Amino acid sequence: MKGPELLKFFEDNWETEMGACFPDEQRIVVRGEDLFDSFDGSSWMEYLLFVVTGKRDKKLANLLESIWVYCTSFTDPRLWNNRVASLAATTRSTAALGVSAGIAVSEATLYGLKPIKGVSDFLLRVQAELDQDIDLDLILEKEMELHRSIYGYGRPITDSDERIPPVINMIKKSGYFGGNYLSLAFEIEGRLQKKYKVNMNIAAVYGALLCDQKFTSIETYYMAVLSFSAGMFGSYIDGLKKPSGTFFPLHNCRINYVGVEESRAWE
Amino acid sequence: MTENHKQETITTKIWNEVPEDDNPFAAKVCYCSGFDVYGDLLGKASYIEYLYLLFKLEPPSQNQAKLLEGLAIALANPGIRDHSVRGAMNAGVGGSTHASALMAALAVGAGNLGGGREIYNMINYWEQCGTDINAWEQMIKEPPVEERADVWLPMEHAPGFDPNGASCTLPVKQVLAHMVNVGESDKLEWLQDNREHLEQFAECPLAMSGVAATVLYELQLNSNQAEMLYLLLRLPGAAVHSLEQEKLGWRRYPFFSDGLKLTNDPGPIHKKTAGIAK
Repeated sequence: MKGPELLKFFEDNWETEMGACFPDEQRIVVRGEDLFDSFDGSSWMEYLLFVVTGKRDKKLANLLESIWVYCTSFTDPRLWNNRVASLAATTRSTAALGVSAGIAVSEATLYGLKPIKGVSDFLLRVQAELDQDIDLDLILEKEMELHRSIYGYGRPITDSDERIPPVINMIKKSGYFGGNYLSLAFEIEGRLQKKYKVNMNIAAVYGALLCDQKFTSIETYYMAVLSFSAGMFGSYIDGLKKPSGTFFPLHNCRINYVGVEESRAWE
Repeated sequence: MTENHKQETITTKIWNEVPEDDNPFAAKVCYCSGFDVYGDLLGKASYIEYLYLLFKLEPPSQNQAKLLEGLAIALANPGIRDHSVRGAMNAGVGGSTHASALMAALAVGAGNLGGGREIYNMINYWEQCGTDINAWEQMIKEPPVEERADVWLPMEHAPGFDPNGASCTLPVKQVLAHMVNVGESDKLEWLQDNREHLEQFAECPLAMSGVAATVLYELQLNSNQAEMLYLLLRLPGAAVHSLEQEKLGWRRYPFFSDGLKLTNDPGPIHKKTAGIAK
C-alpha cells in the first residue's frame, strides 16, 4: 500500500497502543495501563520513562532524575540554550515560548542533544565492531578521521567535566555501575586522552549508562530532551526581574564588521 | 563595565551600524553589505531584492529577483492541509500565543517530508549530481547513508519527491513552468525535461519542495541557506490560517473524535479514584 491508497487507509483511522483519554468514563489509558490506577504515587520521571520505553523502573527513574538535577539544568544565563530563555524574558515574551525555543536550541552539536544521541550511537557501533574483533584504536582513529571529533568526548570552553565524579558516585550508589558500556566509555577516554588529549564529557556517561540498560540511541535522546528546561526557567525568571532590554545589551562598537568596506548606493 | 578594547564583539559581513550621537546603543545609520538600509535602499529595493541581499550580500540580477519572487509566492501558503499549517492551526484553535503558532509551523515544517530538511538534502543531491541523470538515478536508488546518528532521522524517500503522491500535481507543474519561463535556468529546464525519469527513479512524483530546492540551488544558496529561507518563506500561510481558526474556535476544527482506535484498552477499572471524579 502506498501513495493515496496509504493515506486513505489512515484517514480517520489512527490505531495506537500508546493511549487515549475517555473523559466521559473519567479514565485515561497509557500504553495499555489505566493512568489513575497504575501511577498512583508515581514520580513524573517514572511516568516519562514508561511513556518513552514502556519500562516501569522506579530506581532507574530516580537515578536519571538525579543526573538531570546535577548535570543538565544549570541556571547560568550565558549558556546558549538558557540565553534564549533570558532573551525571551528581557523582551517580555512568555516563559513557554522562551523555554520551548531554548529546548529546541538544546539540539546542538557542541553540547546537549546531538552529543547525547551521538555518543549512544557511537558506543553501540564501537561494541558491534569490537564484537567483530576490530581493534579499538583503529575504530577510534577511523571515527576521528571521518568526523574530527567524537560525541561524548571533548567540551567547549573547558577540557574537563566537573559533573562526572558526582554522577559516577550516584550510579555506584544506585547499583548501576560496572556495566559493559560504562567500562567501554572509560576505556575509550583513556585511548583518546593518550592520542588526542581529549577527555570524556558527561554525555558519554549518560549514554553509556543507558546503553547498559538496553536503551536505543533514540530512547536515550528522548530521555534527555526536556532535561535542560529547569535551567531555562531560572534564566527566564532572572531576566524578568530586571528592567526590560537589559540582558547583556550591546552597543554599536560591539559589531565587528568585516564585510565590504565602502558604502554603496542601490541602483 | 568593561573597557571597550577588551570587549567581545560579534563578527559579521552582513550588518554594520553608525551610532546615534547621543546613544551608542542606538543606530543612526544601518548598512547591509554596504547599502544604507533606511537612508538609501528603502524605497528603491523591493522586499524580495532586500531578502536576496541579506542572504547573498549582493543585489540580485533581474532573473534572480523574478525567481525568488515566484518562489516566495509559490511557498507563502502551503495550503490549509499542509502539515506545518496544521501545526499552526492547532495553536490557533486552542488560543495559544501567536508566536507558538509560528514555532509549531516551523517545527512541523522543518522535517524530511515536505519540510526544510528535505530542501537541505535535495540541495546536497544537486551539488553531487548536477544535471547528470545517471548520477541522480544512482543517488535516488542508493541514497547516501549517514555514518553516525544525527538528531535528524534518515530520509524515507527521495528528497524533493512526494512519497504519498500519485502523479505530479498541477500546482507543482505550474510553478516549475513559471520558474523555467522567468529564470533562464539550465537546472530548472533540466528538471522539467527530466521530471518523469526522476519520478520513475523515485517511484513517486516531484513535489513542490523539489521545485523549491532547485530554485534555491539555482539562486546559488548553499544547503544551509536554502533550508533557512524555505522555512521563512512558508510562514505567511501558517500565520493567517492560525488566526482564522483562532477566530472560528476549536468546536469547528476537526478533533478526529472517531478516528482513534486504542488497540490495548484495559477498559474501565472500578477503583478508589471514582469518588474523586464526582
